[in-house]
Amino acid sequence: MSTTAPVNTSDRPVENISSATVRLAGDSGDGMQLTGSQLTNTSALAGNDVATFPDFPAEIRAPRGTRAGVSGFQVQFASEDIFTPGDQLDTLVVMNPAAFITNIGDLRKGGTLVVNTDSFTDKDFRLAAIEENPLDNPDLEDNYRVIKIGMTTLTRAAVEELGLSTKLADRCKNFFAMGFIYWLYGRDLQPTLTFIEQKFGNKPEIAGANERALKAGWNFGETTESALSTYHVTPAKLEPGTYRNIMGNQALALGCIAAARLSGKELFLGSYPITPASDILHELSRHKHFGVRTFQAEDEIAAACSTIGAAFGGAMAITTSSGPGIALKGEAIGLGMILELPMIVINIQRGGPSTGLPTKTEQSDLFQAMYGRNGESPLPIIAPCSPSDCFRTAIEAWQIASKYMIPVMLLSDGYIANGAEPWLIPSADELPEIEIQHPGPREEDAEPFLPYLRNEDLARPWAIPGTKGLEHRIGGLEKQENTGNVSYDPDNHQHMCELRDAKVQKIAEFIPEQQVTGEQSGDVLVLSWGGTYGACVTAVTHCVNDGLSVGHAHLRHLCPFPRNLETILGNFKKVLVPELNLGQLNTILRSEFLLETETLNKIKGRPFTVTEIEAKIRELL
Amino acid sequence: MSTELPVLKPAEFGSDQDVRWCPGCGDYSILAQMKKALAEQAFPREKTVFISGIGCSSRFPYYMNTYGIHSIHGRAPAFATGLKSVRPDLQVWVITGDGDSLSIGGNHLMHALRRNVDINIILFNNRIYGLTKGQYSPTSETGKVTKSTPMGSIDNPLTPLSVAMGCDGAFVARSIDVNIKHLGKTLLAAAAHKGASFVEVYQNCNIFNDGAFKYATDRETKSDNVLELEHGKPMIFGKDRDKGIRLNGITPEVVELGKGITEDDLLFHDEKASEPTLAFLLARMRQPEFPEPIGIFRSVDVPVYDEMLNGQVEAAREQKGTGELDALFNAGDTWEVS
Repeated sequence: MSTTAPVNTSDRPVENISSATVRLAGDSGDGMQLTGSQLTNTSALAGNDVATFPDFPAEIRAPRGTRAGVSGFQVQFASEDIFTPGDQLDTLVVMNPAAFITNIGDLRKGGTLVVNTDSFTDKDFRLAAIEENPLDNPDLEDNYRVIKIGMTTLTRAAVEELGLSTKLADRCKNFFAMGFIYWLYGRDLQPTLTFIEQKFGNKPEIAGANERALKAGWNFGETTESALSTYHVTPAKLEPGTYRNIMGNQALALGCIAAARLSGKELFLGSYPITPASDILHELSRHKHFGVRTFQAEDEIAAACSTIGAAFGGAMAITTSSGPGIALKGEAIGLGMILELPMIVINIQRGGPSTGLPTKTEQSDLFQAMYGRNGESPLPIIAPCSPSDCFRTAIEAWQIASKYMIPVMLLSDGYIANGAEPWLIPSADELPEIEIQHPGPREEDAEPFLPYLRNEDLARPWAIPGTKGLEHRIGGLEKQENTGNVSYDPDNHQHMCELRDAKVQKIAEFIPEQQVTGEQSGDVLVLSWGGTYGACVTAVTHCVNDGLSVGHAHLRHLCPFPRNLETILGNFKKVLVPELNLGQLNTILRSEFLLETETLNKIKGRPFTVTEIEAKIRELL
Repeated sequence: MSTELPVLKPAEFGSDQDVRWCPGCGDYSILAQMKKALAEQAFPREKTVFISGIGCSSRFPYYMNTYGIHSIHGRAPAFATGLKSVRPDLQVWVITGDGDSLSIGGNHLMHALRRNVDINIILFNNRIYGLTKGQYSPTSETGKVTKSTPMGSIDNPLTPLSVAMGCDGAFVARSIDVNIKHLGKTLLAAAAHKGASFVEVYQNCNIFNDGAFKYATDRETKSDNVLELEHGKPMIFGKDRDKGIRLNGITPEVVELGKGITEDDLLFHDEKASEPTLAFLLARMRQPEFPEPIGIFRSVDVPVYDEMLNGQVEAAREQKGTGELDALFNAGDTWEVS
């Protein structure tokens, strides 16, 4: 088996570009996700900065060839720091007409369109609900660089001598497409060759077929005149260190394992499968040797309740879900709040409302996190801004939860969860130790234990069962200050509600002050949160580079707000709040600061493009 | 370290809170027997946890000087499962009622039992919703007139023990609030059994459903209406112990001893049968046709959830060591930027 990547020995010109945005789109069964992840991985290993955006259909297997079944994977790889997977596509690979029709609108003029012509038959047009063959349209060649390849035929020929069935042979065509794209962008084949060996090692015919298809795709580019030039994207100047690719959900899992270890705890996860959070359950279940106990509960409510039970027992306890699951957990989260036990509630937000768009991204659960429980039930809210940021967000969430004895709402989203980017790997000894103290045993004749006596952080002691002399009972009924005994006293209830509210406000002393990038004061402040970070950063950078008076503050803490936020807001003439919802942060800001704001609301199940944000900023200037 | 068991008194298990159940409530008796049983058991008080849901039954933890959680309606088994998973060393009791565990809590009860989590579930069955003042419950008889069923309930009630056995409950028992000796020993047996122990307690709500179990507690009638089960013994009941249960094909029938029928002809109880067939049959014996059995219907040993969960953690550690963060972070393809 060859161990070196074929070198581009043709004398065709190589164009140097600083970035490339490639999208691979095909039927759900066409392997576009795998192709995309391999391209991402290979590009990252080559030193490019990468950012990804997988776009899954909601069904497991929609009818073959239909628009509902189109699965796409977009990756931008660059020789500079990038924060988004790209607004417009430079190259679009379509494996069938349905993929063509649903994606062509995103390909920039002059971009490269790679088509698998073998699946552009009348039957495929019918399945995709289109009238005519789009490849017959003369405008196509005018607008794009069209490369037509009979991928199915060529793949079958490449793997013929292995004697696979037609069905299995056809499954390799994604590797053919991959090979061609690798050639087009001068990518190294080796990482994928290694992947094939590892993943299909126990099925040598499949491994062999995939390998041949990959090389055939490369060779096709190399030997035919199909492409006039290839591209070269040099390594990016990232901060020195060791990197790996990481997806948001993975980073959350690693962050939680780290947080447990740093605080001398063992991690407990109570969870229930739900898109797009299930991967956290899967990842954590593989790390039992760290003392991680994962419990796939019978439903979302049991998941949250088991988490509270584990917290009562002294573990670092978390629960993960998405919007509909968080809705179910509401009563339990409220109990966690009044029990004042530490835990993390992770919501990987997806399109709502109700069942909504399970595989699409959105950030419309902020109201739910703020207000989604009966009674006065404030909770701290933290939101990562990118896949790699999920790691430190998990640790920060546990710091807050354990210091203040409170459930912390962590809001990620589908885009962050499934997106990948390079992660500068920290070394374990750089990470902060999280000190947790439990009260020790007491003698019979000692002062009675007061389970709700607060310290200067307004936190109560975390007394765990098994500790002699600290036996106490907690529950959801209102309780008397200090003793925790059930109390219906009117003044006590007022006092306790105010106290619980004050505790959340006090967290502002602990969380860092808000940073502003770009101008520190001026005409427009872009105030964003969650997964919109990349598009906002890029848009603001463009504006600042053009000399415009624009600043950017990206909130990672939504409750309480950073203590200097009000001052920052006052330093700008206009505050723009772009959100993937109908204006939730906006509403909260306005009510808290009595502030006029500008909004940019998009709720299409897709992230913002840089262009959308930039256009709005310029409009406000 | 001393290996002697602690000497505990029932009173030590009582908390400083005033008990607020209505005077005459069956819960007082259950509370008293629980304290006695725990004292006799001599398991450390600080390692004992009571978890309840919502209902009159669920006020129980406040009156025990142990660790306790008064959680949310129907969900106590889920809290208990989370707690046992991380603290298999604790003795965890779930205190629940007919509404709490068979209405809203049905799902969690089902899964705690089928998983066989090592907890002791005590269901106070008073066949009514007491705390919310008198609506019918999943165990109320059809036709029952209550605040929410003025024309009589149209629901078919559940038989708690049938439900428990349907979920493969490995320890299933029934007792009666005022039968103090029987209740005490049943609680102890439940605690001693490793795995999910389920005990239905007939409990009288004297305010909203007084006399629901009169037939089983009145001195005049109880001997004829209650059958005390004993493993390995024939099923005999009646004031003069002159009646028995015999199997006719697969149906039980009540027979009179003497007149050609001896003890040997009767159905013998077997707690340890691997299938719950006999136990099911016994749970379906209801008034007025049959005496209602009390005692341990089933007690078998099957793998325990929290033991297996922690066993997997141990096995993973043996295989992979205790986990290093740096190795975890650097797994997979990495690259250097200099």
